[in-house]
Amino acid sequence: MSDNQGILWEVFVQTKPGLPHKHCGSIHGHDKEMALQNARDLYTRRNEGTNIWIIPASEIVASSPEDTGSFFEPANDKVYRHPTFYKIADGITHM
Amino acid sequence: MTTQEALFNYCLRLADNHLILGHRLSELCSKGPVLEEDIACTNISLDLIGQANALLQYAASIENNGRNEDDLAFLRHERHFYNSLLSEQPNRDFAFTMVKQFLIDAFNYYLFDELKKSKDLTISALTTKGHKEITYHLRHSSTWIDRLGLGTDESNLRTQNAINELWRFTDDMFVMDEVDKMLITDGIATDLNIIKTKWQNTVNGAFEKANLKIPEKVWMQYGSKQGKHTEHLGFLLAEMQHLHRAYPGVKW
Amino acid sequence: MENALNEKSFQDKIDEGISIEPKDWMPETYRKHVLRQISQHAHSEIIGMQPEGNWITRAPSLRRKMVLLAKVQDEAGHGLYLYSAAESMGVTRDELLDQLHTGKAKYSSIFNYPTLTWADIGAVGWLVDGAAIMNQVMLQRTSYGPYARAMVRICKEESFHQRQGFEIMTVLSEGSSEQKEMAQDALNRWWWPSLMMFGPPDEESPNSANALKWKIKREGNDELRQRFVNQTVPQAAILGLKVPDTDLKWNEAKKGYDFGTPNWAEFKNVISGNGPCNKERIANKIHSHKEGAWVREAAEAYAAKKNKASIAA
Repeated sequence: MSDNQGILWEVFVQTKPGLPHKHCGSIHGHDKEMALQNARDLYTRRNEGTNIWIIPASEIVASSPEDTGSFFEPANDKVYRHPTFYKIADGITHM
Repeated sequence: MTTQEALFNYCLRLADNHLILGHRLSELCSKGPVLEEDIACTNISLDLIGQANALLQYAASIENNGRNEDDLAFLRHERHFYNSLLSEQPNRDFAFTMVKQFLIDAFNYYLFDELKKSKDLTISALTTKGHKEITYHLRHSSTWIDRLGLGTDESNLRTQNAINELWRFTDDMFVMDEVDKMLITDGIATDLNIIKTKWQNTVNGAFEKANLKIPEKVWMQYGSKQGKHTEHLGFLLAEMQHLHRAYPGVKW
Repeated sequence: MENALNEKSFQDKIDEGISIEPKDWMPETYRKHVLRQISQHAHSEIIGMQPEGNWITRAPSLRRKMVLLAKVQDEAGHGLYLYSAAESMGVTRDELLDQLHTGKAKYSSIFNYPTLTWADIGAVGWLVDGAAIMNQVMLQRTSYGPYARAMVRICKEESFHQRQGFEIMTVLSEGSSEQKEMAQDALNRWWWPSLMMFGPPDEESPNSANALKWKIKREGNDELRQRFVNQTVPQAAILGLKVPDTDLKWNEAKKGYDFGTPNWAEFKNVISGNGPCNKERIANKIHSHKEGAWVREAAEAYAAKKNKASIAA
């Protein structure tokens, strides 16, 4: 089972303070510290980061393509969740 | 010796330490145990050569004799290089490389931390920037010392061997001479005895934690500050300088 | 029946430009094709570190040394991005490396040519990276999502690679007569292998049709090769260097250059292991992999101990 290259980790980098961490790829590492350092060296060489999260790839839970219909389509017709659904009297601003 | 001459020499020491250590690391490019480590080692090598470049530029400006940083890197001979004996030792295996890095990273970490306070503003600026990079280098090499020391019997043995072999070059880093004394008085350089105490604490602590021992009764080797090196430096320079020397005076 | 339906909706997605993601259904032939291409691409980046890494310790100035280090490091990084993309198809990096070491997986044959002088570092950046970029720009829109995303990142980072090569060539061709000679010699040796990088002519390329149908590639080998020649010939003129092709001439009708035929017999030989450096490149890789085995074992053992300790605590 053991892949001698270390386990796979997914890397999320925050590019500026205040912004969310964004997935940017994966990395191998045997332990947490090594994976963190490897992520730093691979994904922030060009001044791209202010913070890094790493997580073992095996710990990611993802929805599957078969779920797409039941998961996401029900949201299609719920237009009342969007502000453009509502009529506002002329002359009202900042709402 | 004038202060200017002392300062020139002092900058060469700092620069050469980095240049030669960075060169040794760059030899490993594409030869790492895992790909990620290739990237880590080239990163550190780039930091070191970058710092050497800046320090040599400063040295050239102090000398003010028409030489530039490349002249200083590629046209000086063995006896005019002042890097520590430890930095020029060959890589041999990954344990040698990491033990060497760790011993020097710890030295640089405390040295640069002190030099931030230097009254020479350029040295202060360069070491302030450099210290951030070195902090990362030390983190990288210390975690490897831990891994290798505590990993397998083989890795512990190899790391212990590397320590045993390299230990005799460690004292050479702390030698002080006229250059140091003169610049310490001026508040430019730093007292290496202070660095040595801190360095010993860090090294002892890391080795103890990783189940590694410092060898006893080791006969120390000295000479780098007089440009007296081990035989390894000549070969390193032959490789590094040959192209530059083969076509004198041209641009690259 | 179900398969035919799947295949239809798969091709519809491709035609609509919707990218294929790892968990999506895909024909086995598509999976194999993409995986082979990504792994070849990854191996090329990794083996490609050798001919250039060769000159890091001898670079003639500190600036050149730093630039070259940064470039070769990028190649390692690009190899990693691509290995990750390949891993998304369920293969491990260990398996990928094993295929490289045993010769089962191929890599770009260009890296089996030696870098003999410093000018070769210029020529590799200018020509080899130039050719690679042409391919890679196209691959940013390749149909397999993880591959496309890796390529976007790679293209962004590669942009300095070709420039640094051209800069080296510029300095050499404006330099001493010896330097200029060195630059011309490098162009002579790297020109034809660079043209071969786009692969054999489409009519002889067994995989071209599928690659286009599935939008793995979006342009044919010959089309890309022509564009490369059109772009590079004027650059050689700026350098004052002569492209080593007696058939090269401007064709006003097609608004492009006519050029000679690469030596495809040589191409086939280099791919199948008879290039000047095939044996060394793989031997070096295997050597460092073996030398690193005890380090990886130590890291693994250490991680296991740490995990145990954190569970106990």
